[in-house]
Amino acid sequence: MSVVFERSKGLADVKTHYCPGCSHGIVHRILAESLEEMGLLDEAICMSPVGCAVLALDYFEFDGIQAAHGRAPATATGVKRVHPDKTVITYQGDGDLASIGMCEIIHAAARGEKITTIFINNGIYGMTGGQMAPTTLPGMKATTAQLGRDVSLNGYPIRVAELISTLDGAKYVERVAVCSPAEVNKAKAAIKKALEVQKAGLGFSFVEVLCACPTNWGKTPVDALEFVKNEMIPYYPLGVKKDTTKEGQ
Amino acid sequence: MSKIDRIFCAGFGGQGVMSMGQLLAYAAMLEEKEVTWCPSYGPEMRGGEANCSVTISDERIGSPLINNDATVGVFMNGAAYTKFKNKVEAGGKIFMNSDLIDDDNPRTDVTYYKIPVNSIATRLGKIQLANMVMLGAVNDQAHLVNQDMLLEAFKKVFGAAKEKYIPINKEALAEGAKAAQEMFRK
Amino acid sequence: MAKVLLKGNEAVVRAAIEAGCKYFFGYPITPQNEIPEYFSKELPKIGGAFVQGESEVASINMLYGAAAAGARAMTSSSSPGIALMQEGIGYISKAELPAVIVNMMRGGPGLGGIQPSQSDYHMCVKGGSNGDYHNIVLAPGNVQELVDMVQEAFDIADQYGMLVIVLADGLIGQMMEPVELRKPKERPIQPKTWALTGPNGGKPHRIYNLKLQAPDLEQDNIDLFKKYAVIEKNEARYEDYMMEDAEYAFASYGTASRVVRTAVDKLRAEGYKVGLVRPQTLWPFPYEAFQRKNVKKYLDVELNMGQMIDDVAIACGDKNMIEFFGHTGGVLITVDEVCEFAKKVMGGAK
Repeated sequence: MSVVFERSKGLADVKTHYCPGCSHGIVHRILAESLEEMGLLDEAICMSPVGCAVLALDYFEFDGIQAAHGRAPATATGVKRVHPDKTVITYQGDGDLASIGMCEIIHAAARGEKITTIFINNGIYGMTGGQMAPTTLPGMKATTAQLGRDVSLNGYPIRVAELISTLDGAKYVERVAVCSPAEVNKAKAAIKKALEVQKAGLGFSFVEVLCACPTNWGKTPVDALEFVKNEMIPYYPLGVKKDTTKEGQ
Repeated sequence: MSKIDRIFCAGFGGQGVMSMGQLLAYAAMLEEKEVTWCPSYGPEMRGGEANCSVTISDERIGSPLINNDATVGVFMNGAAYTKFKNKVEAGGKIFMNSDLIDDDNPRTDVTYYKIPVNSIATRLGKIQLANMVMLGAVNDQAHLVNQDMLLEAFKKVFGAAKEKYIPINKEALAEGAKAAQEMFRK
Repeated sequence: MAKVLLKGNEAVVRAAIEAGCKYFFGYPITPQNEIPEYFSKELPKIGGAFVQGESEVASINMLYGAAAAGARAMTSSSSPGIALMQEGIGYISKAELPAVIVNMMRGGPGLGGIQPSQSDYHMCVKGGSNGDYHNIVLAPGNVQELVDMVQEAFDIADQYGMLVIVLADGLIGQMMEPVELRKPKERPIQPKTWALTGPNGGKPHRIYNLKLQAPDLEQDNIDLFKKYAVIEKNEARYEDYMMEDAEYAFASYGTASRVVRTAVDKLRAEGYKVGLVRPQTLWPFPYEAFQRKNVKKYLDVELNMGQMIDDVAIACGDKNMIEFFGHTGGVLITVDEVCEFAKKVMGGAK
């Protein structure tokens, strides 16, 4: 019997604490596979954020550290400056990156830190219980926006990939989604591309991943994927926002 | 108690007040004395004023701050003199740039040294030498360090690139010393 | 090495580089700006890195990363900046990473002022971050001691896996004194096998800050405090001045202690039996230094409203034995004021 699928060597053989239908598992897998396929597992160092992925370091079979809330890009800067030859990744959610950590992500990108950020955008705070995130869609319900996000009171969601792409230090920026097998494949390709940009020493690379959070959205896993497809993607258009590797060709 | 000198230098920014103090401190260090140099602190830092305190001692220095116990006061302009002349203790020495400072009501409990350092520096060809002229006068009369040690300090503080200025600075120190000595001959 | 005349802030940089510090992360704040400025010039020359963080918050988290990566690294700031760093200070303390912070204190609270002060005794010695933790706090009294302590701080940090704070003030940072770089005493330092380097064919390195199970976190804290007990036993340090027959002992550290030292000389010349106990470490606090049989009163002199009093009281066991004098907000004390205060306390006792 031939093996058609096995766990990436970049993933630990442990149960995760993620809820059924959560997209974190998929993104963990494609990140681990990307590193494995690129031969980078032995030199990878990942910042776990505060949020649902705080335990990600236990699920990866490469180095990890738990960063303070929003500060993963700063901590990654410290690691990368000490080890410029290693592959340094931050894995951050939307509350972590786009709310409390907006300052750190913007400046790490502006400095052109040679790190790769995987940004999990599911439009909600997961770990603390479904509060409104900077990326919560207009009208979308949250425990701190019980009637749905009212933009006249709560302001507007932030399109982070577009924002990052305006910075000269950011060399590769793409938004992907993990709502279907085809999109998952594209997401993995984007992560690989971002890691290549880091390995080439070009500068900061960033992949925003639209993800599902069925538990805090109050949806079934299948409905949650439909929500990503039908509600999130229209607000957060997929695609490459910036690719400086193509410049000059 | 062992010998301790507390020199308070004050003037306008750009008059070389801080470097005057640093040269003195450096020279004292080269003579293996204990020394501290403190820049201006407190509200007196404002308004383009510059001042520093140098303490030179044979023993470990406690307070590096000068309040009203300076043994030597060096004043490069009128504003600094008016503001700080009482920092010098009774029996101390006050050196003033007599080109810029005039006092109708001087203190009677200190010795004054009125040195026209601007005029002397101008005669030497460079107004920027005024602080060195003053330093020459101060060091000659207050017996702080060996005069040659100030030139050694000059090399250390300003580096090899400025060594070509040593002869003119040496002359400035000597002229300052001479002016101070002449004051008493008159 | 021959002595050189150095400003305290520049001396910090020389000492740190001598100690093998190759990484500095910091944000501008008066009165310590010469430190980042000088580092930005020197570190690229030795293959290290200087990063001007976007804030103190970012800077301390960069330090967290660099320390986790196994490097000798530091940051510096002044009081309001150290307040902003408290989050990262807690993380570094929890992760037991070796790192060094220099704090050139200024007047507070809030934005406060920019003049020299000792306003952060509580924040740095008692802890300004959340949770049960300690940092080692060294209190230099002059520029030479600042140099010695900065060098030693890196070794102490590595020996114990601790964050070491060199707690000086704006005056020590700005003043110049002759200094020489000397080798600190040898300390047992283990290789950093835990450092983030990538697995390199071995097991992944994981540096944690979260413990979800309360009993696990409690056990971590108990273990942490076992380590602290060793440090309290080994590292508390102080200096006596004229204490042999002193009946009144000043308690003072840093810049304040220098003014007090001169006051002791003056009072001794007048026949008063006074001395000075100068803590050189504030945590661990040298409690045994304030348990003198001959001493009638401890005269606590600080550049704040009396933040060390509690520790002196714990040490001598009687808060009525302590009198306090100080200035706050950046106002410096004078020798005459200290003498006057002491004479008032002593009455006619000579």
